[in-house]
Amino acid sequence: MKISRFVPGVLIAAVLGQGLSAASAAFAQAAPPSTASSASGASASLPGATTAAPAAAPSIDAGARPLRPLTNDIAERVQACTLCHGAQGRATPQGYFPRLAGKPSGYLYNQLQSFRDGRRHHALMAGLLRNMSDDYLREIAGYFAALDVPYPAPGPSGLSGEQQARAERLITQGDPSRKVPACTACHGPAMAGRAPAIPGLLGLPRDYLVGQLGAWRNGLRRAHAPDCMADVAQALSTDDIAVVASWLAARPAGAHPEPPSGVPLPVDCGGLAP
Amino acid sequence: MSGAPMSMTSGAAPMRTFVRLLVGIAIALPLMALLLLAGAWGREFWLSGRPAVPGATETTPALIARGAYLARVANCAGCHSPRGGAPLAGGLALGTPFGTLFSSNLTPDPETGIGRWTADDFWRAMHHGRSRDGRLLYPAFPYTSYTAMTREDADAIFAWLRQQPAVTRTAPPHQLGWPYRWQSALAVWRLMYFTPGDAPSHEEPGTDRAATQASPAQTAQAAQAAQTAQTAQTALARGRYLVQAVGHCAECHAPRNRLGALRDAAGLRGGWVGVQGWIAPSLADPHAAGVQDWSEAEVSAWLRSGWSERGAALGPMADVVAESLRYLTDADAQAMASYLRGLPREGSDAAEFKPASPAQLDLGRQVYARYCVDCHGEQGQGRRIDGQPAYPALAGNRAVTLAAPQNLLQMLADGGYSPTTPAHPRPYGMPPLRQVLTAAEMAAVATLVRQSWGNRASAVTEQEVLRLK
Repeated sequence: MKISRFVPGVLIAAVLGQGLSAASAAFAQAAPPSTASSASGASASLPGATTAAPAAAPSIDAGARPLRPLTNDIAERVQACTLCHGAQGRATPQGYFPRLAGKPSGYLYNQLQSFRDGRRHHALMAGLLRNMSDDYLREIAGYFAALDVPYPAPGPSGLSGEQQARAERLITQGDPSRKVPACTACHGPAMAGRAPAIPGLLGLPRDYLVGQLGAWRNGLRRAHAPDCMADVAQALSTDDIAVVASWLAARPAGAHPEPPSGVPLPVDCGGLAP
Repeated sequence: MSGAPMSMTSGAAPMRTFVRLLVGIAIALPLMALLLLAGAWGREFWLSGRPAVPGATETTPALIARGAYLARVANCAGCHSPRGGAPLAGGLALGTPFGTLFSSNLTPDPETGIGRWTADDFWRAMHHGRSRDGRLLYPAFPYTSYTAMTREDADAIFAWLRQQPAVTRTAPPHQLGWPYRWQSALAVWRLMYFTPGDAPSHEEPGTDRAATQASPAQTAQAAQAAQTAQTAQTALARGRYLVQAVGHCAECHAPRNRLGALRDAAGLRGGWVGVQGWIAPSLADPHAAGVQDWSEAEVSAWLRSGWSERGAALGPMADVVAESLRYLTDADAQAMASYLRGLPREGSDAAEFKPASPAQLDLGRQVYARYCVDCHGEQGQGRRIDGQPAYPALAGNRAVTLAAPQNLLQMLADGGYSPTTPAHPRPYGMPPLRQVLTAAEMAAVATLVRQSWGNRASAVTEQEVLRLK
């Protein structure tokens, strides 16, 4: 063994052997505090032992409204989703979070799986889905897909006439020179998606659309291989993404996804099998 | 130091004495360090020279099946199978206070996995914490617990691993601070804290006595009692083995010292879960996570389902249930339950109760009325659906009233679902309230539920919320 390899070991050995606290003090922050002496502050919380009751009122009602009635169904089980995605998964384009209601179930299932398995990155989604079975994810996807609830009216796009034309051209014709297919070629003429796994593009917040195309462009969002949307997004410029997202977010939505079709897509996409 | 004689006559003497003292320290310190190092490496050399326990001679389907089961209970995949990645191919980052370690490739790939390993090599890793190439392994790989595993069980796991598809994947190098990246530092650590085969233990109350009292009896009834006691003893020993060796529960549920070594692993008095910001509550304290007051059936059902009327597995424990405990056999779940129920009960000194400010409680009440009451009820009593518990009670809930509020704050901030298991396939969930609440509001509602309906835990500050991951 070379002597140079000994030197740092010698130093730590000196530190340990002497019981000095210089090195270990550096870890005091990260060191576990003694839990043995203070494992619970609740030991006096037995009923009857609380004559000196805490200041909090014993009952906290919901104000004027009655408590939400609870039913033994999947709608109740996905209540946690509605904090961000809105009641019945009908988040509006005014926020960031996407609407879930009415999206094709295969698409929703793929996304749930992707969040769980790391193809899409959102820490809170990943945490919530972490230990969910495929069966449960499929049931959740099916629930939101089957919801047929109206869309709100969209806001203005804020695009100039020229930008508007550029967005429309990309969306309805694509750009063959860059091998960008028209959005409508896969997502349907009404851009309402196609069952089982191609999502609609309308009724979504602009920021969300920009975020997704951007994430695909830089590899943060992935789909099952071959990842056709990654190819499309990488062929688009950031300006393209901005005008396309603004145009889509300002378009009235409402059509249902089209039924499955045997017609081949212009690009090769994974994850489309039911 | 001894080499510095005192002189009272010369004015320069104190200075000379001081210099001699310095020189003495400068020589003695490295000498002592060198001695320690020589001792540490000498011991490693001696350990590696000891003959291995003879292993299984042939790989049978039964051995492989046993290995598959034990790999579940030991939860190899929990660290060696990254989410969505190739099973057992490693590369998962494990954060520790000393740096980030990356799990290794356990598939039989000859270059990047364990394709060239023998059963003896594998045994050395599990039992001695040494890799095939002689490298000392970092105890993030819990050989500190696995060292108590039997050779037969290690062989079974190895036989099963050999059957898995080979994946070529090299783990990134560990990112450790100085001096932890040095093998010599690890050798000294092992000298201080690790002895191969040194299983933690503690008395199993009552069982020995029962066995010795019953065995000399002559009557058939007494013989049957002896038989029952013997069975209980066997189950208890099996439970201890599963908890301490295979399940390595202490790696989270026991406290660690500043150098990351477990302090009294057998006591399971609660610790921190890596750097994830969760605590693993004490299994010795019935007011924390101790199950001394649960029935054996409740504990064994909880281990496999991750859920019961008394509470759900959350955070890292939900992972353990989903990846490992749900696969326990009936007998093993009962064995673990009987061992955990028999852990010596240790209370904690109740801290003096300090009610929070009325202003904080008022804010907490507003938040509760808006976001919490629909599921957890006006009395924090929880709510049931069709007679079955759907949303847990907060009154008397141990996860709420733990002295350290981290787990409650994690749940409030990130929400969560208990794991889907065959026994509990469609859990209800909690939303991630960090999306809508400020730190002050989260602290206030956490304080409210810790101090209402008979709960008497400490108030939570905004700073504690801001320190969350």
